[in-house]
Amino acid sequence: MSGDHTYQPSNAFTRWLDERLPIMGIVDHMMDYPTPKNINYWWTFGGILSFCLASQIVTGVILAMHYTPHVSMAFNSIEHIMRDVNYGHLIRYAHANGASMFFIAVYIHMFRGLYYGSYKAPREVLWILGVVIFLLMMAAGFMGYVLPWGQMSFWGATVITNLFSAIPYVGDAIRELLWGGFSVDNPTLNRFFSLHYLIPFIIAGVVILHIWALHVPGNNNPLGINVKDKQDTVPFHPYMTAKDGFALVLFLILFSYFVFFNPNAMGHPDNYIRANALVTPAHIVPEWYYLPFYAILRAVPDKLGGVIAMFGAIAVLFILPWLDRSAVRSARFRPLYRQFFFIFLACCLGLGYLGAMPAEGIYVIASRILTIYYFAHFLVILPVLGMIEKPKPLPESISKAVLDAHGGSASANAAAAPEKR
Amino acid sequence: MTDTTHKTEGRPCIFTRACGVTPFLTALAIAVLGYTFVFAGDAKAAGGGIEYKNVEWTFDGPFGTFDRSQLKRGYKVYQEVCSACHSMDLVSFRNLSQPGGPEFSEAEVKVIAAEFEIVDPVEFDEAGDPIERPALPRDRFPAPFPNDNAARASNGGALPPDFSVLAKARPNGVNYIYSLLTGYEDAPAGLEMNEGMSYNAYFEGHQIGMAPPLSDEIVEYEDGTPMTLDQYAKDVVAFMYWAAEPKMEERKQIGFQVILYLLVLAGLLYFVTRKLWADQH
Repeated sequence: MSGDHTYQPSNAFTRWLDERLPIMGIVDHMMDYPTPKNINYWWTFGGILSFCLASQIVTGVILAMHYTPHVSMAFNSIEHIMRDVNYGHLIRYAHANGASMFFIAVYIHMFRGLYYGSYKAPREVLWILGVVIFLLMMAAGFMGYVLPWGQMSFWGATVITNLFSAIPYVGDAIRELLWGGFSVDNPTLNRFFSLHYLIPFIIAGVVILHIWALHVPGNNNPLGINVKDKQDTVPFHPYMTAKDGFALVLFLILFSYFVFFNPNAMGHPDNYIRANALVTPAHIVPEWYYLPFYAILRAVPDKLGGVIAMFGAIAVLFILPWLDRSAVRSARFRPLYRQFFFIFLACCLGLGYLGAMPAEGIYVIASRILTIYYFAHFLVILPVLGMIEKPKPLPESISKAVLDAHGGSASANAAAAPEKR
Repeated sequence: MTDTTHKTEGRPCIFTRACGVTPFLTALAIAVLGYTFVFAGDAKAAGGGIEYKNVEWTFDGPFGTFDRSQLKRGYKVYQEVCSACHSMDLVSFRNLSQPGGPEFSEAEVKVIAAEFEIVDPVEFDEAGDPIERPALPRDRFPAPFPNDNAARASNGGALPPDFSVLAKARPNGVNYIYSLLTGYEDAPAGLEMNEGMSYNAYFEGHQIGMAPPLSDEIVEYEDGTPMTLDQYAKDVVAFMYWAAEPKMEERKQIGFQVILYLLVLAGLLYFVTRKLWADQH
């Protein structure tokens, strides 16, 4: 870890421990970690995401105590949890809705990174680790949705695993490996359960790297300029812990609304029908958080092409730091990029909507246009903007900008705010 | 840490702080609306665009609960009519006396269960033969058919779905099932009906294998409730929704407490954060 923190053990025990395992120094660093004082509430989603991961692991471990990963028993074991396990219905609804809340938070977190240029030097590795976490989340979410062994579980698994057969030469072998046989069946359910239990712990490992990679350069901030001195920052604790705590509680209110009062709103009714290999649902739709990527998959008329486009839509995020050539980070000072950011946001929401619609007529045409725009945003618009855009002048420092904004926006007594420290 | 001492005048940061929270709330609002939008579109697509009749259920909304006597009546309708073809595999007799359901007394449940003769699902007698005995509260509702093929054979090839979670297994399930039960009509002139099928305004494709199951006066109510098709349909749908969500009342009650707690906590944290940050501008 970087920084000039100097941890002094305060008593005999911590002195003894520090010589053997300097873990208290890390805790100390976490508490004192200097964060830019101007970061806004969009920055609280990192903490919220940590909570989501922890919550998913805790509820998931409890669910695994009662769940049976077998094609003839999985559906009933879920209903056993809903009916006979003490508070099992709440634990299951918290886990199922928790997945959705996790993705709401991660999408906001990612779009915040896009808006404020948080992926740019020196934070490229931080961003790439984030995309790795996103990919792992998608794998975990997909496999988790298969476990109740309802109709959407089964047919979702069938559609997604069949995608891999489009890969030339090795596609069929990969698909058989995923299935553990020649169709989606009991071995598939068993390996998905095993992997669904494993992946969250891999995510937790990558999250540690993600936080490590955050603590080396420090947080970006809404101005996108570097921290110059101590005046620009506040210690993580208590300033950020309090602010993150407040944001987390607001987030939990939304989470609770879904868990307690509308627990099935984000699920598909068909998943309360037992899996049946002989009956195909009218519309096979994935969970909402995959819908933009599902729309891209179906936009391409060729199977392999669709698979490449879908994975390409995530792969392009890995090279984003080198596609955006602008030296200025924050969209606040990039008038053109700011416009294109919102168009891109609308494009993603539009793709999400189209992913939920049947693949026919106007929906397919719209999906194609938005898919092309999605890639054009990264591969054409961003590189060109880097060359032609004239950014607005950047403020001298974070603390100066904070004071200026303050004097400009608040009442007259703001001007009297004294210089601190 | 800051060592602020010259905080001279009021709090200049209210506006700034409000600006900080606004995008957060906007994000939450967008998320909620986005969901509702996608979900509503999805439900409509799956429903084939047919508008269902909309009933005001006692269990609607965050404070809605079940009407005990309605659930008891619904159980009677299920037992006397529906259970001839539809199983309810996941529900046990003991559930009928649990809190948040019809809340029959335990003695009543013993009597209800004993009316059914079942084969013990686990035990065998000393000779190794299956044990036939009256059902106990711990037993599941007995199914009308031994397997799906038998069910199809008795129903002109159609499989009567299990009722345990059916109310959750259709988009807008409760209104759909109510509409279906009250949606039998004469087939429009010119529509060629298949052998053994009935016309239903709300069934996808309009040709349903189930003959109209309910009609006025078909089940005897002893509490003075009107014995009409419409009332039977409402009662049995309420019972089906309870069977699908037997812990709904407990869930909503805990939810109310949790959200109240979180609102108070959010208020406290808001002022803590505001006070803490007041010297940082």
